[in-house]
Amino acid sequence: MARIEILKTYKLFIGGQFPRTESGRFYALKNTKGTPIANICLSSRKDVRNAAQAARKAFGGWSEKTAFNRGQILYRIAEMLEGRRDQFIAELQAQGVGKAKAEKEVEIAIDRIVYYAGWCDKYNQVLSAVNPVSSSHFNFSVYEPTGVVGIFAPQNTSLLGLVSVLMPVIAGGNTCLVLASENMPLCAITFAEVLHSSDLPGGVVNILTGTNKELADTLSSHMDINAIVYGGEDSEILKSIQENAVSNIKRVIVQKKDWVKPDSQDLYMIIDTQELKTTWHPIENIGGATSSY
Amino acid sequence: MAKKVEKIEVPSWDYAPSLESTSHIELKERYDLYIDGKWVKPTSGKYFATVNPANEQKLAEVAHGNALDVDKAVKAARKAYNEVWSKMPGSERAKYIYRIARLMQERAREFAVIETLDAGKTIRESRDVDVPLACNHFFYYAGWADKLEYAFPNRKIESLGVAGQIIPWNFPLLMAAWKIAPALATGNTVVLKPAETTPLTALKLAEIIDEAGLPPGVVNIVTGYGDTGASIVDHADIDKIAFTGSTGVGKLIQKAVAGTPKKVTLELGGKSANIIFDDAPIDQAVEGIVNGIFFNQGHVCCAGSRLFVQENIAERVVQKLKQRMETLYVGNPLDKNTDIGAINSKEQLATINKYIKIGQKEGAEMYQPVCSIPSKGYYCPPTLFLNVAQSSLIAQEEIFGPVLTIQTFRTVDEVIQKANNTPFGLAAGVWTDKGSRIFNLTTKLRAGVIWANTYNKFDPTSPFGGYKESGFGREGGLHGLSAYLK
Amino acid sequence: MSQTRKTISKFNLQMVDSPAIDKVGVEERVARFQTRSIKNESKLQGLKMSLSMIDLTTLEGKDTPGKVKQMCYKAHHLCDTHPGLPTVAAVCVYPSMVAFAKKELKDSGVKVASVSTAFPSGQAPMDVKLLDTRFAVDEGADEIDMVISRGKFLAGEYSFVFDEIASIKEVCGNARLKVILETGELATLDNVRKASDLAIHAGADFIKTSTGKIQPAATMQVTYTMLMAIKDYFDKTGIMIGMKPAGGISTSKLALHNLVMVKEVLGDAWLNNEWFRFGASSLANDVLMQIIKSETGIYQSSDYFSID
Repeated sequence: MARIEILKTYKLFIGGQFPRTESGRFYALKNTKGTPIANICLSSRKDVRNAAQAARKAFGGWSEKTAFNRGQILYRIAEMLEGRRDQFIAELQAQGVGKAKAEKEVEIAIDRIVYYAGWCDKYNQVLSAVNPVSSSHFNFSVYEPTGVVGIFAPQNTSLLGLVSVLMPVIAGGNTCLVLASENMPLCAITFAEVLHSSDLPGGVVNILTGTNKELADTLSSHMDINAIVYGGEDSEILKSIQENAVSNIKRVIVQKKDWVKPDSQDLYMIIDTQELKTTWHPIENIGGATSSY
Repeated sequence: MAKKVEKIEVPSWDYAPSLESTSHIELKERYDLYIDGKWVKPTSGKYFATVNPANEQKLAEVAHGNALDVDKAVKAARKAYNEVWSKMPGSERAKYIYRIARLMQERAREFAVIETLDAGKTIRESRDVDVPLACNHFFYYAGWADKLEYAFPNRKIESLGVAGQIIPWNFPLLMAAWKIAPALATGNTVVLKPAETTPLTALKLAEIIDEAGLPPGVVNIVTGYGDTGASIVDHADIDKIAFTGSTGVGKLIQKAVAGTPKKVTLELGGKSANIIFDDAPIDQAVEGIVNGIFFNQGHVCCAGSRLFVQENIAERVVQKLKQRMETLYVGNPLDKNTDIGAINSKEQLATINKYIKIGQKEGAEMYQPVCSIPSKGYYCPPTLFLNVAQSSLIAQEEIFGPVLTIQTFRTVDEVIQKANNTPFGLAAGVWTDKGSRIFNLTTKLRAGVIWANTYNKFDPTSPFGGYKESGFGREGGLHGLSAYLK
Repeated sequence: MSQTRKTISKFNLQMVDSPAIDKVGVEERVARFQTRSIKNESKLQGLKMSLSMIDLTTLEGKDTPGKVKQMCYKAHHLCDTHPGLPTVAAVCVYPSMVAFAKKELKDSGVKVASVSTAFPSGQAPMDVKLLDTRFAVDEGADEIDMVISRGKFLAGEYSFVFDEIASIKEVCGNARLKVILETGELATLDNVRKASDLAIHAGADFIKTSTGKIQPAATMQVTYTMLMAIKDYFDKTGIMIGMKPAGGISTSKLALHNLVMVKEVLGDAWLNNEWFRFGASSLANDVLMQIIKSETGIYQSSDYFSID
């Protein structure tokens, strides 16, 4: 008798743990032939709340890690993903992606993580500044993470879109909650397992599954979320997100790119969820004009 | 013999009034809109008066632009963008901007006096701060116009198009410079609306822009009220909105542009913490407190309006602060010795007084030095509230006047938490002699500008802007270019 | 009779536990004093006040009784063609010249100040310094301008400097003691503040910036720092200490800026020659020219004012 396969339960990823949605609801994900392949958690408002709380709790620790250390952890994510290559390819195929395309998508995703891992301790060097003010002060500007970011992952890819919008956010020291692609959610949860096994502190990335329609309002009007990255393509939802963002002046960043292309990754995507901080301090000038060096 | 000196009666030595002359300035009785390089009457035919808040006298009449006027201005700006400005080499744009800077420098004194008359700010500040900073801002950004490809590595440099810009009344000319200079340097054209209580220096700037020979339509100045600003925000052919003002209006703007492709930068309110540790250079810290909250009558979005003093030196700091406040001269802004001038408008004075009443009602201990205040005009003496709780309204809401709340703290962690415990995040001040502590605080305070052992410093090269509800985007410096590029 | 102080306490380290000073902040504060616009009546009043605060000074190896005599005459006849002017506060000379000066000034009301303690370097044994001071007092000096041992101060021997000042103070008797810090050699404002606190605690009636032999001398930054020390001491004890910037104040404008600073830091109580002095040799004529310009509206020439 053939062995009975163990099927995976797809759950949420909140605060470094894998809970089911507190609402107990799910939606059935079907393959292209219409056969159900998994039950996906239909997250509720309370799941958003829990994820936002976990992200806020993790923010201090993650943003204060050294840039070098963040780079190490991101690189570790790439290592873990590389080791699970086949699993992701299979999941992509199950969601209707052809084999060659699926392989390419996973490879680009891995490389993209390595790309952003490298940026962690470099973006501030490239884009910060010492500003030559015309008074006796030392003045410099550096980037700091915006805070907790709500991410709407691109809908038409299961893994690459998610990785492409997520990595620049956490490379820059933000924490986040991600709403996975509605139609292609499988890789998001499996990717959570990758994150879980790669030294990323719990709560830095929180992944929810469910519908944009139901969760967009809660997420975009949440007072403790500082920015929204919108990777979807629904202009109605985007508009309501932008309107809701007003509640606490969230920064809303729209990321719409062809994620397979090499130029869909760059330094400025990190800067999108950064705040520039400028610091002044007096410079003592002993003796002034009479001093000689 | 050593002896305690009681109070020695001596004839006091007072400064005689030293009024800046207004004889050399030129003000028209009535100002039209500056659109497409011409002075144009408002479609509605309506004008409103701008008054001197120091004596409540009318200075001039100014056109009230409406949606039709805004449309004219946007069309002119679009045409100038398409046909001239976006095609012009950066090096040539630079020359125009340099010209503006130079012409402003030549007329610096006139600008300073008009700014003081229209806004109520002291002549010392308009002369030494506002006008030179405004000139320097043009000078700084002029130099960028032909070097933009060096600003952001590997980024394609493209201008946006027409920028709609709405500025506040606290630094009228300086804010116009902050908006116009980077927009022009990056190749955009401009429709700018000054605040209704302080339109005059922007209109004088229009005269200079005219004199500088800028192509018609590159800069358009449309005066008016909130409805005029709304027309700019709502105009479909504007690519970019830059707003400086209250968080309330900023939210309306953010909402209005939702669902449109307009790019937005908002520079909004604040309730910035100024933190004094027990090892601080105490006398300089007291100066920093004074400069932090009483500069420009407290009409400063980044004013250090929440003072946190370490408990073991609180008594001495408050004593010194009170003594220092006794030497501040409140009065005629045109007097070169005035430290605190007039409140910008009757409405703003009412707002400030409302908060002073709330503070008293909340039970905080109030202090105001004895000072003589002119009988005509809008004035408010410098005001302290002691023993304020974090939960009191006056410690949470932006007052935008010369009103300081004082709280004490014991530990570093406590003060960081309290300082960050606000929806705002524009600025903060830290005073301590200890380097490692400075960097601890400058790193952990969630605000866009941190002044360590100084306060309220501004420079064209220094980016300015907030975290959280204090807005987004930066103005000034290299990073300020970004707001006007794709 | 001018007031003098008695030494109150023994040295302890708290006396030099002075507040930190940020130099750039001090420069900004001082710049604010300089933006005060002093005009008309208030300018004339300020100028006359400045004249009355001058310690007319000659401190040269080549000083002779003749030179001192001429200076003393000037001290109480500043500009005889122009009545209604005050005399200067004092003349300031070497100990060997005290007797001559005293004789010349007799009942003029102008005081005689003598430098002492091996002025200007202060590099002499304690006995010599005491003798130097006692000699000047015996010759009739009303005021003693001593120098501190900057070397000892910079070496951190605060207790030594304290005792030195206290000992000289004892010898002064009824003469008021001005303690010269020689701020140009102390290099930082933190040191200036510390030395001010030390001198005040040790019994100084006045603290004074400089000997006039070292640059920089009485910059406004330094004077401001010393005024703040006086202010803090007064707030704590109620005891007034005098201030004398010396060296480099040669124009009326600078003198008026100093007065603005004294007024806004210490208050009107210090605006008289009991509590504030200028150590200067060429300031008087510039102030005189400005006074006459203020009254007549005509710019003046130094040819018309005696140089003594």
